[in-house]
Amino acid sequence: MSNIPENLKYTKSHEWVKDEGDGTVSIGISDHAQELLGDLVFVELPEAGASLSAGSECAVVESVKAASDVYSPVDGDVVEVNEELADTPENINQAPYDAWIFKVKLSDPSQLDGLLDAQAYQTIAEDD
Amino acid sequence: MDKKTILNQTHRDMGARMVPFGGWDMPVHYGSQIDEHHAVRRDAGMFDVCHMTAVDLRGPGVREFLAWLLANDIGKLTTPGRALYSCMLFKNGCVIDDLIVYYMADDWYRMVVNAATTDKDIAWMEEQAEGHELNIQPRRDLGMIAVQGPNAREKSLPLLPDELRSQAAGLKPFSACSNDHWFVGRTGYTGEDGFEIILPKEQVVDLWQNLASAGVRPCGLGARDTLRLEAGMNLYGQDMDEDHTPLESGLAWTVSFTGLRDFIGRSSLVVQKNLGDIPRFTGLVLEGKGVLRSHQKLYEGEREVGEITSGGYSPTLEKSIGLARIAADAGDTLQVDIRGRKLPVTLVKPPFVRNGKPLI
Repeated sequence: MSNIPENLKYTKSHEWVKDEGDGTVSIGISDHAQELLGDLVFVELPEAGASLSAGSECAVVESVKAASDVYSPVDGDVVEVNEELADTPENINQAPYDAWIFKVKLSDPSQLDGLLDAQAYQTIAEDD
Repeated sequence: MDKKTILNQTHRDMGARMVPFGGWDMPVHYGSQIDEHHAVRRDAGMFDVCHMTAVDLRGPGVREFLAWLLANDIGKLTTPGRALYSCMLFKNGCVIDDLIVYYMADDWYRMVVNAATTDKDIAWMEEQAEGHELNIQPRRDLGMIAVQGPNAREKSLPLLPDELRSQAAGLKPFSACSNDHWFVGRTGYTGEDGFEIILPKEQVVDLWQNLASAGVRPCGLGARDTLRLEAGMNLYGQDMDEDHTPLESGLAWTVSFTGLRDFIGRSSLVVQKNLGDIPRFTGLVLEGKGVLRSHQKLYEGEREVGEITSGGYSPTLEKSIGLARIAADAGDTLQVDIRGRKLPVTLVKPPFVRNGKPLI
């Protein structure tokens, strides 16, 4: 069974969201998602400064098997992208919750309440 | 409901991630596809290929039949035990399947065909066999394990039946030997040395577990695909199919026009050759970051000139490679469209990797 930390929020499309407490969030893909994808070989990062709306495609993770879109869980502007992943996409396989992909400054902090908690996400991951 | 090979439970016990493949429930990897790939390039790995079908053709008319059935010339096989790779074509020259046929005796040839195409292959062969003296028998009682890698033969030999061992040890590449029950071919689909072992189904699980104990790493279909792509080997259904001839699929080398031998599809291929403008089939390397995938379009400037038939990540080269079919008059400076961005690709002649060594 995959690892689903209690302190994070999740989406149905398998992103995790970490509240940094300063109006920004870090976003990555869940352990379950990296397991499904297999060995990652390429990450296409969003542009820093880009304005995202919740549910929009904003990054791509590619494994040896397939390419998969990453969707922004929230509205907001990209404040930072994890450039390190360009050379070491396998970090996502090894430590999916350390390997954040991008950080967003929230337009509406209350959107966090609408995301899935660990328990709700677990149900979705199990049905997958 | 997908079909299961005899090894299905064994794969699950060994931690495989299972996926549907051509109507079968098969392992895609057992943890890391890339590690499995490297195991085959550097040491030894094994694949469950029980979903593929061994077909025995027996009878006095079998050689004459195969000379007519196959685009490659069975006449090239002059010594029992030798194998031949060939396509089987429709009359219009398009590919029904690709296969390996082993010449075992004058009245016995063994063919190995793809899993998803088995039923149509058998139906086609039965139809063509009318008037020929032979019997076509799909051997559903047999299973098959491919053991591949520089150390594959050394690790498998002790596990073969005693009476077959020294013969198997002396096999030349692209040859096979057999006793009444087991069959060992020095063939494969990875670009590495190794064996393909065909044996009674009820002995398959034991052999798999003994190979694992001997240090042969279980590998899934994921690694099988990246290995064959690096080796520049075509995959039926992607690189050639019922809409393409071997001449436009990089398989002209497998079609023998020598002499007067007529074979199914020959006249159509002769017409295609005479008309010219046959699409080119080429290898591709993506120099930048990203991954080539099948069906991505290729451009020369603004003009679309073809598409990728197989693409993926090469663990050996640590970059993305592919096979593609492009217009006969396309130049060598092409771009691939990946999600709306055009990135330069370099055209190369496959294979990309053989026997552990990069060739490009």
